[in-house]
Amino acid sequence: MSKRIETKNLDIYYGKFHAVQNVNMTIEPRSVTAFIGSSGCGKSTVLRALNRMHEVINGAYVKGEVLLDGVNLYDKKVDPVRVRRQVGMVFQKPNPFPTMSIKENVLAGVRLNNARISGKQADELVESSLKGANLWNEVKDRLDNPGSGLSGGQQQRLVIARAIAVSPEVILMDEPCSALDPISTLAVEDLIQVLRDKYTVVIVTHNMQQAARVSDVTAFFNLEAQGKPGQLIEMGPTDKIFSNPEEKSTEDYITGRFG
Amino acid sequence: MSTAVTTPQEASANSLIAGQLPKYTPWATLLVSLGIAAGLLNSVGHFSITAVALSGIALFLVGMFALSSAVEGIRKAKDRLARQMVSLFFLVALIPLISLIAGVAVRGSERLDGKFFSYSMRNIVGEGGGAIHAVYGTLIITGIATLVSVPIGMLSAIFLVEYGRNGRLARSITFFVDVMTGIPSIVAGLFAYTVFSILFGPGTKTGLAGAAALSVLMIPTVVRSTEEMLRLVSNDLRESAYALGVPKWRTVLKVVLPTSIAGIITGMILAIARVIGETAPLLVTAGLTSSLNTNPINGPMTTLPVFVYYSYVTPGIPQEPYYARAWAGALTLILIVMGLNLIGRLVAWRFAPKSR
Repeated sequence: MSKRIETKNLDIYYGKFHAVQNVNMTIEPRSVTAFIGSSGCGKSTVLRALNRMHEVINGAYVKGEVLLDGVNLYDKKVDPVRVRRQVGMVFQKPNPFPTMSIKENVLAGVRLNNARISGKQADELVESSLKGANLWNEVKDRLDNPGSGLSGGQQQRLVIARAIAVSPEVILMDEPCSALDPISTLAVEDLIQVLRDKYTVVIVTHNMQQAARVSDVTAFFNLEAQGKPGQLIEMGPTDKIFSNPEEKSTEDYITGRFG
Repeated sequence: MSTAVTTPQEASANSLIAGQLPKYTPWATLLVSLGIAAGLLNSVGHFSITAVALSGIALFLVGMFALSSAVEGIRKAKDRLARQMVSLFFLVALIPLISLIAGVAVRGSERLDGKFFSYSMRNIVGEGGGAIHAVYGTLIITGIATLVSVPIGMLSAIFLVEYGRNGRLARSITFFVDVMTGIPSIVAGLFAYTVFSILFGPGTKTGLAGAAALSVLMIPTVVRSTEEMLRLVSNDLRESAYALGVPKWRTVLKVVLPTSIAGIITGMILAIARVIGETAPLLVTAGLTSSLNTNPINGPMTTLPVFVYYSYVTPGIPQEPYYARAWAGALTLILIVMGLNLIGRLVAWRFAPKSR
């Protein structure tokens, strides 16, 4: 179910702007990896490069390799749509499709990919995905209500349910809790712990406590200076990064003495 | 003035309490101003409703400003003045609209009967007759124009927003669409007339030629309105569909279009309403006939605006029945546009994203 991600000499550009420089990392299957670092240092950009969402932006491109179980995602023969079916993504702002009900939102990935699915299978998939996202009990009586009528935290768990309904190998989360209250955040963090058993999870977060709580491995990104490309400074087991980092800039960031 | 009124002098500079005029003050002031104006104008012998209304309203504005600044302070007085001016100009803007609709309704309802919708003008001189040929002509020509323009316009807009990536082709299409929006309608009519003359012989006048002229006018409107609506769809929705592994064309079809369909339909209705009243281009392309013709590719076709125009410009003797039919035709046209608007609103309401 889950796959290993490796990046080799990954350079990411927005047109002429060199956003991220020379990232080499390995993300193990069935683990939670947190990306931390100050704003604008390229965490989200690297994350988006892992399922070829980066190139959706006008003029954006990538150099280097991203290997998913040894297959280079940026090989000319690779179809980005197929990549995204295996590497799911959850965004910062919850964005259920406004024209669809809760149930249709969960099934969106399957239905929009034109897969034939029987009514019974669909019901089972909706239930298992919503249970997987810790949302089933709250919405089971109103599955046909619009998805955009839920609270922000519920919407975020709904889009997580939508992401796991297509049974990806990897789930990327781009600051999934930054718009949520502490209780919804807790629900999403609990969920990440459950997802770890089945999927490779990568999460970008600005909240260092959250990184410490949920992740097995932490990667710290930083800018050398304003206008220079972002870099991967250090990557290692979360407890080591937070207690005894090798780089001084990592320690400065974690203890709040950056700049 | 009531006893509840406090003056700014009583309220100290730091106090949160300010003087307030009672709720009925504006209405009372308005009545008093109108009364004063009527009395003054009457005494000098220039009494007329318009003069009383104009001078009464002017007196009212001045009076309210003075009263309010004395009791409530200068800030509230200015606020009241601004609000009254806004309401006043709103009412002024309504006057032509209401008088137009009322006028057409009164004069048009005289001949808006069963006969009007069951007879054409074939062999009719003077009394009687109807505009069934013009109603059919309007519906057929506008219908064909819509069927042609909506797919072209919508697909162009989808190209511009979703696929153009602001490249050279997209920018030039946008430029030409803007240019086309400004084309005078008679030019579109002459263009269609010329094309059909070249293709089917000189002097060809058919409903299809009229529809072609209307399409030239309609396409840019549809492109612009659809484009605006598609741009309103948040990029997050597109990205989250891509992230589910949905191909781009399916994202456009199943996510972007349903989200914006309500606005797109409203835009289409407006585009139809814009061309349904066109007269000039249809005069040269679809021509004039007094008989019912439902075949858009053979023979001239009359539409309601052309029917109204000719009934008024070249009436027979006696003239009255021709004028009555013209007004009934105008009323029918307004009713058709209103009906379209209602349908559009219903459809838009049905498809609009709901949150509860």
